[in-house]
Amino acid sequence: MAPAGTRDGQFNCETNMMKVLVCIKRAIDYNVHIRIADDGSGVITDGVKHSVNPFDEIALEQAIRWKEAGRVDEVVAVSIGAASCDDQLRTALAFGCDRAIRVEPGAAVAPLTAARVFAALADAEAPDIILMGKQAIDDDNGQTGQMTAALLGWPQATFASTIELGESAARVTREIDNGLETLDVDLPAVITADLRLNEPRYLKLPNIMKAKKKTIEQSSLEALGVTPDISLRVTRTTPPRVRRPGIMVDSPETLVSELKNKGLL
Amino acid sequence: MSTILIIADHSRGALSVATRKAVRCAADFCADAVDILVLAEDGADVAAQAARLAGVRRVRHVDHPAHAHPMAATAAPHILAALEDGGYSHVLGTNTSFGKDVMPRVAALLGVAMLTDLMHVHGRYQFDRPTYAGNAVDTVVAPEDRVLVATVRAASFEPAAENGAAAIENFAVAAELPGHTRFVRAEEHDSERPDLGTAARVVTGGRGVGSEQNFGVIYDLADRIGAAVGASRAAVDAGYVPNDMQVGQTGKIIAPELYICFGISGAIQHLAGIKDAGTIVAVNKDADAPIFEIADYGLVGDLFEVIPALKRALS
Repeated sequence: MAPAGTRDGQFNCETNMMKVLVCIKRAIDYNVHIRIADDGSGVITDGVKHSVNPFDEIALEQAIRWKEAGRVDEVVAVSIGAASCDDQLRTALAFGCDRAIRVEPGAAVAPLTAARVFAALADAEAPDIILMGKQAIDDDNGQTGQMTAALLGWPQATFASTIELGESAARVTREIDNGLETLDVDLPAVITADLRLNEPRYLKLPNIMKAKKKTIEQSSLEALGVTPDISLRVTRTTPPRVRRPGIMVDSPETLVSELKNKGLL
Repeated sequence: MSTILIIADHSRGALSVATRKAVRCAADFCADAVDILVLAEDGADVAAQAARLAGVRRVRHVDHPAHAHPMAATAAPHILAALEDGGYSHVLGTNTSFGKDVMPRVAALLGVAMLTDLMHVHGRYQFDRPTYAGNAVDTVVAPEDRVLVATVRAASFEPAAENGAAAIENFAVAAELPGHTRFVRAEEHDSERPDLGTAARVVTGGRGVGSEQNFGVIYDLADRIGAAVGASRAAVDAGYVPNDMQVGQTGKIIAPELYICFGISGAIQHLAGIKDAGTIVAVNKDADAPIFEIADYGLVGDLFEVIPALKRALS
């Protein structure tokens, strides 16, 4: 049975070709043990391996799968950052993105700034879907997708684990605290990817080589008419509280009596 | 002067523990007033629960059919209306899936930045928040001349006491709601067990448990001590348990008083989710498992022998 506000069969039709904007962030690779500067000025990023934020890579994979399935005819990757971001945009091109745009920010990028950039690009590019990861694994903010949707007045579907494309709407299943929730959102919409949306492919060498020759379009906050948000100031970055090593016990009985003595059982 | 509005998180007619923790966090602001906003189809019952929380001045509930299933697109306009009406300096949400979804939308509609996951309050406009899955902590200063929007990290605060008696009022709002987002269905995992995100005791299993059937022993022990059940990413990926039971960097970040894990080696991704637990107990066959480096109590052994022995010792 079709849900209210949608039509039968809407989610399986294969007529309308779409355009997707995929937002990717360059972040310290998830396998790296981060180090914090002794003076509290932040996490050390120089000389550290960077990659596409893993959740954004899932978004990228999803967009390319739609393209391969003939549901989407153009995928545009965008990243905000210094020239080093070109590496991650080349990864996006190697995945199969048609175009890549780098937006030079000139300074640190707050989620609200990023959202303003994506909203401005949405005006220029008119995508049907803006897709990105649910959060970046560096600042762990998880704000940019929702903020982009708000600025555009678009629907949002965060933490997506499955997405079915319809003619004028998408049916998104979201990972929520106690299970799954399914929403219909009219297009255009912002969708953010959770871990289980897909497993990104391994890139093939010829695709990586071909991507090196492609052009990355350049833009900037000024060119897009975006004012950066600089209202929050990080004054210090410190390591978290360290857990002290505990004791080994030799039997389940000792364990239970220790926990009872501490009032934990 | 700071007045704080807290957006209640609730499901099936019950106010979440995360909301109680956000109220407790608000008390650290030296706030002049703390109000709670309940968005529900019929919010009187949840509002009554919220009104019992210590330190709350007033609970307002907006009753609307659109809030039968909370969605950011329809919740945000009503939150904005409440903010405008109440003249608040701060608005706090929970770091639950609802709070994480709606609060950034609220912030952007207000045109202000947002703080995710407040874990410590230094002052009305100065806070700590975790980055890099809790491997670093940023101290952040926010401007005093605009509304501060934030979510509160439940793992960092105790729940507010329930000995208050705040005023309750029905708040009628005229704000128009968009029709572009429609609820289809929810598949919530029914469970008599405590909620994993906020339980005082948690028992988890890893790949060492071996199968979906074997996970029964983990549930048995958890039920014996009134604990919630979770799992490592390896156990989730192996299909032993559903996704929403995953504890770790990409799953739930938890801080129970007692955390007992079986057959979990202690990958960084898992440790990121449990490092704020009160007492960590690890049982693993492998004496060199990294989990023992952070456990308060470690026991080397086969979980299928240890768990029955634990149950005997408990009785």
